[in-house]
Amino acid sequence: MTATVAHVHEGTDAPYALSHLDALESEAVHIFREVAGEFEKPVVLFSGGKDSIVMLHLALKAFAPAPVPFTLLHVDTGHNFPEVLDYRDRAVAKHGLRLHVASVQEYIDAGKLRERPDGVRNPLQTVPLTEAIQQLKFDAVFGGGRRDEEKARAKERVFSLRDEFSQWDPRRQRPELWQLYNGRHAPGEHVRVFPLSNWTELDVWQYIAREKIELPEIYFAHEREVFQRGGMWLTAGAWGGAKDGETTETRLIRYRTVGDMSCTGAVDSDATTLDAVITEIAASRLTERGATRADDKLSEAAMEDRKREGYF
Amino acid sequence: MTSTTEQFADLSATTLLRFATAGSVDDGKSTLVGRLLHDSKSVLTDQLEAVERVSASRGQDTPDLALLTDGLRAEREQGITIDVAYRYFATARRRFILADTPGHVQYTRNMVTGASTADLAVVLVDARNGVIEQTRRHAAVAALLRVPHVVLAVNKMDLVGYEESVFAKIAEEFTAYATGLGVPEITAIPISALAGDNVVEPSANMDWYGGPTVLEHLETVPVSHDLTACPARFPVQYVIRPQTAEHPDYRGYAGQIASGVLRVGEAVTVLPSGRTSVIEGIDALGESVDIAWAPQSVTLRLRDDIDISRGDLIAPSSNSPATTQDVVATVCHVADQPLAVGARVLIKHTTRTVKAIVKEIPSRLTLDDLSQHPNPGQLVANDIGRVVVRTAEPLALDSYADSRRTGSFLLIDPADGTTLAAGMVGESFASTAETTIQADEEGWDF
Repeated sequence: MTATVAHVHEGTDAPYALSHLDALESEAVHIFREVAGEFEKPVVLFSGGKDSIVMLHLALKAFAPAPVPFTLLHVDTGHNFPEVLDYRDRAVAKHGLRLHVASVQEYIDAGKLRERPDGVRNPLQTVPLTEAIQQLKFDAVFGGGRRDEEKARAKERVFSLRDEFSQWDPRRQRPELWQLYNGRHAPGEHVRVFPLSNWTELDVWQYIAREKIELPEIYFAHEREVFQRGGMWLTAGAWGGAKDGETTETRLIRYRTVGDMSCTGAVDSDATTLDAVITEIAASRLTERGATRADDKLSEAAMEDRKREGYF
Repeated sequence: MTSTTEQFADLSATTLLRFATAGSVDDGKSTLVGRLLHDSKSVLTDQLEAVERVSASRGQDTPDLALLTDGLRAEREQGITIDVAYRYFATARRRFILADTPGHVQYTRNMVTGASTADLAVVLVDARNGVIEQTRRHAAVAALLRVPHVVLAVNKMDLVGYEESVFAKIAEEFTAYATGLGVPEITAIPISALAGDNVVEPSANMDWYGGPTVLEHLETVPVSHDLTACPARFPVQYVIRPQTAEHPDYRGYAGQIASGVLRVGEAVTVLPSGRTSVIEGIDALGESVDIAWAPQSVTLRLRDDIDISRGDLIAPSSNSPATTQDVVATVCHVADQPLAVGARVLIKHTTRTVKAIVKEIPSRLTLDDLSQHPNPGQLVANDIGRVVVRTAEPLALDSYADSRRTGSFLLIDPADGTTLAAGMVGESFASTAETTIQADEEGWDF
């Protein structure tokens, strides 16, 4: 037997307190196990971004020493960062998992989706996502969404019932009391599950540091050729690049979020270590999404509108 | 160790306080929440800019801080809060999860939702109006849900000349009322959310007040002591059986400790079967430990290979709950469809969901004056009432007074899965003498 008092919280008179990270971890693990206990065919949305990486880590801990009893699903916009796709594939192989990929590019090639004039593909993810859920008959879909990200997400339940069209109706949400999650649903409906609901961006980073979780390199400061559009530093790629009047320059940057390259901006940063990233986030005066996501700036209710349609 | 690492160590050592706010529509709840977030530097530049932009586009002179919290289209259109929202902020001393609950009478169920996981509730009153019906309703919900700490924030002190006598009268009336309902701890604080008095910074306008500011109190109030002082309860969520070459014989019972402390070597009883064994090992998410406590998620290994599955409850043999098929409880009805005597429902208690039938609804409570209406026949949305429910299989229940986790349950409509009611087992101030099944006969320890 080892480490009997490893998690005792020092500095209070409480003999059995938990640190806030332990409390959040315990709650998230509880949510994973509830889904494993109550659903037939759950799936974890896995993009290779930090939130989904933390979710995979929690799932591995929740069921150890048994394997994770879920498959993974990635909605590939076709414009993902190569480093992130590489990480995704390595993680899947390392843990012997099964990955489903729903491809936005395939939908566009088949004429089922049309490229937007601005080239932003994030909103196009909704159709491949919802069709994959229907076709593969998933009844619980884990997402890494956090309530601190955005004010519509602040209203989201941990277990969020979606109809057969994957729609979210914020006015018809089930009250969620204590830790008694209600996963009942009719055939064709499914439940979106958010184990990280109560985590903040800083919590995620502190947890990554504590657990020594590996991340894709793009989360750490590196020199990269970028150009500015709409107040954000973007990386050129298969999706496009600088237009007339936009100039490319080499800057020391890192990414706070990982998404479609066309709408995920980099931030100026010299943080090359986890400690430095944590210090930077703690001092930042910008939210994660405000700093790096173009699609949330489309309108005051952009996230609510996308969520209503089935976005995660 | 670098200074950064030390700072990180400090950050990771902080505890978490979950709290809920309650207040009537015009009591300034949004302003208080906005002030707490703003003055604790939890509102970031881009959020504030968005609020300023929208406020300006509506012709308002000052940023409307309510826009920080009203996240839905319908809420912004109507200028009211419809649903519970959760907010996150931190100080050097503690992390906070705030359940921001609507104040409207018709959304009592949302305050119940927010209060169900709260360690503390802030009840807001307008100093000019004093204790009103809605204040009593909020105090009653906090008492019913057994929120351990209640803060009475007497707001708008700037509009009553910062008079100590005004505050003292309201504090006295509220304390007497809430104490009568069984609220264990009440802290009254005179504030002005608009001017910032005693929210984060101490007020220069109220020298007569020697207590903490709202934030100071939130930072220092003790949390979670109650959970580990109670007898241990371990609802089994999931059985872990890898059946791999590396772990051919591993059989672990995964779950979150609902209350109390569990130790290796402890004699335990599995309910409802009543089989007994001894805890052979505790796996705390990857590391083997000798002791674990609520609310840790762990995996237990037992000495004997007995039949245990999801929904069973593991408890110390020296202090295990009785099982029963007759549940007597107070419920808050949270659905639009009514709950009638004779209804066939599902009851979800910890990890166990069983069929049940509503045998009786002995009384309905009016929160405004706490009067009881006998045998209402049914409960509708936002009603609070007593119920007697017969279950198809025995449940290992505690009194809600002893454990919010093993004393609470949901009633669910088996037809469409709707959550109908939130239940709290055992006696409360909503109990009446007519309850047909006496709790004592069930062997519960109230």
